[in-house]
Amino acid sequence: MSDARRRALPVPTPETEHFWQGTAAGELRLQRCGACEQVYFPPRPFCPACASRDVEVFRASGRATLYSYVINHRPGPGFDAPHSIAVVQLEEGPRMMTNVVGCPQTPEALELDMPLEVTFEKMSDEIALPLFQPGASR
Amino acid sequence: MKPNTVAIVGAAETTDLGKVPGLSQLQLHADAALNTMADAGLGPADIDGVATAGESPVGVAHYLGITPRWVDGTGVGGCSFMLHVRHAAAAIHAGHCTTVLITHGESGRSQVGRAGYRSAPSSLGGQFEAPYGPVGPPTLFTLPVLRYMKDWGLTHEQLATVAVVQREWAARNPRASYREPITVDDVLSSRMIAYPFRKLQCCLVTDGGGALILTSAERARDFPQPVVTIVGTGESSETPMVSQMEDFTTSRAFRVAGSQAFAEAGITHSDVDHLMIYDAFAHLPIYGLEDLGFVGRGEAGAFIEERHTAPGGSLPLNTNGGGLSYMHSGMYGMYALQESVRQLRGTAPAQVEGAQVSIAHGVGGMFAASGTVVLTNQA
Repeated sequence: MSDARRRALPVPTPETEHFWQGTAAGELRLQRCGACEQVYFPPRPFCPACASRDVEVFRASGRATLYSYVINHRPGPGFDAPHSIAVVQLEEGPRMMTNVVGCPQTPEALELDMPLEVTFEKMSDEIALPLFQPGASR
Repeated sequence: MKPNTVAIVGAAETTDLGKVPGLSQLQLHADAALNTMADAGLGPADIDGVATAGESPVGVAHYLGITPRWVDGTGVGGCSFMLHVRHAAAAIHAGHCTTVLITHGESGRSQVGRAGYRSAPSSLGGQFEAPYGPVGPPTLFTLPVLRYMKDWGLTHEQLATVAVVQREWAARNPRASYREPITVDDVLSSRMIAYPFRKLQCCLVTDGGGALILTSAERARDFPQPVVTIVGTGESSETPMVSQMEDFTTSRAFRVAGSQAFAEAGITHSDVDHLMIYDAFAHLPIYGLEDLGFVGRGEAGAFIEERHTAPGGSLPLNTNGGGLSYMHSGMYGMYALQESVRQLRGTAPAQVEGAQVSIAHGVGGMFAASGTVVLTNQA
């Protein structure tokens, strides 16, 4: 990809800081509800399923499958076209947007439900983005 | 049907649509509003409620010289105007105001006096979607469709057929931006925008506006135009981030808004003569037909391919040519409402003979919100 520093980088908030500290440390962090055990994303200090504030942060496996995607032919800042914009199904349940990297950016190489694993790409001193690459089936 | 309480007595679009660099966005609101007041035979002093999205209702009311006692600035994207209709009907019914003006204007193409919208990098979308390179709606709204195609067997050809059929409708409409017939091959060989979407499966980007005036059905007979009454409405929202939709093959917001509108109207699907489903991209009529219950899950692609929604079909859909061929300023919902009103007044360029019940179904954001309005000309 072209100069990644030109990308639209996230600015963490108090509620999301743990997630971005995690990616900078090479961990994908999710949250789980202590009351109903729901695992959820994006971050917030309460459970979106039952509204309990009894929630914990934990390290996710980083394993996922490809839920859906587009191949963007209109590059934005920091990207070479064509590139995937994907939504992955994390092993723990939630879905998240990402880019699938480490394989050709073609419909043939990007098969829905293919196994993926997280990889972290450092964008700045503070921010590393969780991207996904083809991984071994479980 | 239950008693009709509120009617649309004024409806008009801007004098020009398409490329209108001579008008700012605010003036597009005003141009539509002036045309609509003329349509209803009313002036600013007769209006006591104002609703709009994209601009502030305060700014629109002030610009037009209106003193409102009811204001609604609900802004949930392109279906905001469906929600304004719903909220205005409730406000008129409750006696909060008597005569509501709903305006839309958008300098989508020429960008004259338009603030634009971009999510803050600290918003959830700014943190968890923007870093991955989406470039506006063509790369976000389109994201669910590969999942739909795999789960329900929709083909690339069927997805292309949506655009082909809507161009057939547009060919009958002198105000449509694109009127030349196209084929499935034309669609599938047009420029790739965001696989699997090609240019002809993405909406236009144009300038324009439209407005509506609503008042009580009791008063409606005193107005010059045929009476079009609001008999059912629904609204909902799901997620500001398309990546967080519950299910990429169906819109929860569509289902909630649609079922509420059908229930309020007390109609069944066979009562519907004419249908508008906001089509920013070619997959939206497919999701809409299924989520509103006109066909079963996975059936909409074949339903369109079999020409049920085409001219001469049993369920005329997007008869102005839609966002794909008629116009799309950015927040298209107003134009869907305008076409429903034209069809029920009997003044549509591609008139559905004897149309009595029309539905205008809108989407806001990328499956973020939805509004549904059921209209009839049968008092």
